[in-house]
Amino acid sequence: MILFLIRRFATMAVTLAIISALVFFIIKLPPGDFLTNQIAELRAQGEAASAAKAEFLIKQYGLDLPVWQQYLVWIGLWPGPNGFSGLLQGDWGWSFEFDRPVTEVVGDALWLTLLINLVLVIFVHVVSIPIAIYSATRQYSLGDYVATFIGYIGLATPSFLLALILLYYTNRWFGVSIGGLYDARFSGQPWTWEKFGSLLSHLVVPTLVIGLGGTAAMIRRMRANLLDELGKQYYVTAKAKGLPPTRALLKYPFRMSLNPFIADIGNLLPHLVSGSVLVSLVLSLPTVGPILLAALKSQDQFLAGFILMFVAALTVVGMLISDLLLAWLDPRIRLGGR
Amino acid sequence: MTGEAMLRPRHYVDTRPFDPGASEPGGTESEAFYRASSWRLTWWKFRRHRVAVAAAFVLLAFYLMVPFVEVIAPYAQSKRHGDFLYAPPQGVHLFHEGRFVGPFVYPYRFTFNLETFRRDYVVDAGQPQRIRFFCKGDEYEFWGLRTMRFHIVCPPRDGTMFLLGTDRLGRDLFSRILYGARISLTIGLVGIAVSFALGLFFGGLAGYLGGWVDHVVQRMIEILRSLPELPLWMALSAALPPNWSPILVFFGITIILGMLDWPGLARAVRSKLLALREEDFVRAAELMGASRTRIIARHLIPNFMSHLIASATLSIPSMILGETALSFLGLGLRPPVTSWGVLLNEAQNLAAVQLHPWLLLPIAPVIVVVLAFSFMGDGLRDAADPYH
Repeated sequence: MILFLIRRFATMAVTLAIISALVFFIIKLPPGDFLTNQIAELRAQGEAASAAKAEFLIKQYGLDLPVWQQYLVWIGLWPGPNGFSGLLQGDWGWSFEFDRPVTEVVGDALWLTLLINLVLVIFVHVVSIPIAIYSATRQYSLGDYVATFIGYIGLATPSFLLALILLYYTNRWFGVSIGGLYDARFSGQPWTWEKFGSLLSHLVVPTLVIGLGGTAAMIRRMRANLLDELGKQYYVTAKAKGLPPTRALLKYPFRMSLNPFIADIGNLLPHLVSGSVLVSLVLSLPTVGPILLAALKSQDQFLAGFILMFVAALTVVGMLISDLLLAWLDPRIRLGGR
Repeated sequence: MTGEAMLRPRHYVDTRPFDPGASEPGGTESEAFYRASSWRLTWWKFRRHRVAVAAAFVLLAFYLMVPFVEVIAPYAQSKRHGDFLYAPPQGVHLFHEGRFVGPFVYPYRFTFNLETFRRDYVVDAGQPQRIRFFCKGDEYEFWGLRTMRFHIVCPPRDGTMFLLGTDRLGRDLFSRILYGARISLTIGLVGIAVSFALGLFFGGLAGYLGGWVDHVVQRMIEILRSLPELPLWMALSAALPPNWSPILVFFGITIILGMLDWPGLARAVRSKLLALREEDFVRAAELMGASRTRIIARHLIPNFMSHLIASATLSIPSMILGETALSFLGLGLRPPVTSWGVLLNEAQNLAAVQLHPWLLLPIAPVIVVVLAFSFMGDGLRDAADPYH
C-alpha cells in the first residue's frame, strides 16, 4: 500500500512538472508580452518614468533572461533576481494588468472555483446514481427513455446557452437574479446565514447547467455497467436464493458497477472544470474563468499561467483522490499495484 | 445417357446471376452471413439501428447542402438591410383571409418607440407578398467560377423575407445560419482529420513498438487527458497572432481542436493493436512470410478501422461544440468568417435573450448536428464489431 502511495504521488509530481512546462510554453506563445507592449506604448506617450517602472518589472521578474531560465525561475528552481521565488515557494508572480500580486487578484476566486467543482462532483454523483439504477433495472421503460433523451440533450446543448436562457427565465418567473455569487446587497457584508443562503441559491443554476452534461455521461456509463452486471450468474443466483430484490441489487451488482464510477471522476473533472470556466463567464460568477479570459486577452502572462496551472492541478489532484478512493475500495487494485 | 447418370438427380445450375450478399441473412447460420465481407456485415448491423440510420440521413442532408449554400440561401451572406435592424422572424403563411394564396409573407412596418428607443415592428396583414421560387436574387460567385443570381427561394418582389429575423446590422439570420453551416460542419471534419492522423501515428507507434515508446506515449496521453480542454483551447487560441487572416485563423483553430483530441483515438489504436498482434491470423501471416508493412496494412488496419471511424464520429460533436464555445467567447473564428459560434457571439448578453430571442436560433442546428453525430456514432460503434 505504501509503495502504491509513493508511486502514485511520484507520478503526480512528474505530471504536474510536465504540465507546468506545457503551460509556460503556451503562455509564451503569443509574440510580445504585456510589458514590452506597455513599454512601447509608454515611450510613445513620452512617459519615461512609467516606462522606467516597467523596465524595472522586467528585471524584477527576469523577463530579460532566456526562456528556459524564465521557466525555471517561474516554478522556483532557478534563482531569479530575488533568489528562489516561484510557484514552489508560494510566490505566484505579479499581475501586470492589475498591478498587484497574482495572489491578490485571484484571491477568493480560487476558493469559489474549488467550491463549485466540489459541489458539482457531489451533484453529479447524487443525481446520476439513482437515475442509472432506475434506468438499468427498468430497461426500455418510459422513464428509461426520458432519462436517455434528457441525457442526450444535456450532452448536445452548449452549457453557456443553457446558462443564458436559465438566467433570463429564472429572473422572469421567480424574480431572482442568479448572476454573480450572491445578492448585490450582501457584497462587502460579513458572512451571515442569510448571505450563505443567498450564495447557495445562486449556485443552483450553475450547478444544474454545468453538471447536466457530466451527469448525462455518467448515467449512460453507469447504466451500461449495471446492465452488464445484472446479466451475470451471481446476481441470478442471489435472486434465485430468494434475496429481496433491493438487497440483491444493492449488495452485489451495484457494488460491482460502482467501481468504474469512481474511476470515472478522472474523466469527469476536466469536463466540469471546463464547464465551470465557460459558464462563469456567462453568469458572471467570480471564479477563475473570467479572470483567465481577461488575462489571456491582455497577455498578462503570470496571471494566465497561474490560473491554467491551478485548473490543471485541480483535475490532477482530483484524479489522485479518485485513484486513492478506488484503491481503498478495491483490493484488486491496491494489491495488484496497477 | 448411361444408367448411373439417370439415378442421380440432374446437375442443376440456376442461370440467374448469384449474389451472395443480395439477401439479408436470416441469422448467423445462413450462407450469406459467412460469405459476406466484414464491411458488409457492419453495414447490415448498422442498418438495424433505426435511429442511427435516421441520424446518418440528417447528416447527409446537412453536408449535401454545404456546397450549394449560395443557391439555397435567399440572401447573400452579408447583405445588410438598413431599414430592418433586429427585425423579428416573418412567418410563412399559406392562406390569406381564408383564400389559398400559396407561400407568402406579410410585410413589416416599423415605428420608432420613443420610450424604449427601439424599433417596434408591426405586421401589416393587409397585403400578402408571395415568396418567389427558382428566381433571380442577390448576386454570388458560384464556386469561384462564375457569377450567378439563381436562387431556389427569393424574397417577394419589393419585399423582405426574414424567416428567422435579422441581426444588429439587418442581415438575414436564416441565410447566415446556412452560410455558417459551411464553416461549422467542415471544422469538425478537418479537426477530426488532424486528430485522426495524430492518433493513428502515436497509437500505432505505441502499440506496435511497445517498450519505452509505449510508456512515453501512454504518459503523454494521460497528461493530455487530465487537462481541462476549454482553458487550454482558450489559451492556445489567444496565442493565434491577431494579424492572421480569417482563413489562417480557421485552420489554426481546427488544428488546436484536433491537437487536444487525439489521445482518445491513440488509446483506442494502441489497445486494438496490442490485442490484434496476438491473434492467430497475424501469427499465420507471419509464418507465411508476410512483411511487417503487409501485416499492418492488410491485416491490422482493416480490422480496427471500423472501430476508429466509430470513435472518430463520436468525437466530432466535442469539436463542433468547442468551436462554438470559443467563437462565442470571441477567441475563436472572427467575422467576416461566419460560423454558428460567431453568430451566437451576438447573443452573448441578456439583452439579446430578452429583446431579440431569435438571435439564439443558431443553437438549433448545433444541437441537431451534435445529436445526429452522437446517434450515428453510437450505431457505428455497435456495428463496428460485426462478429460479436
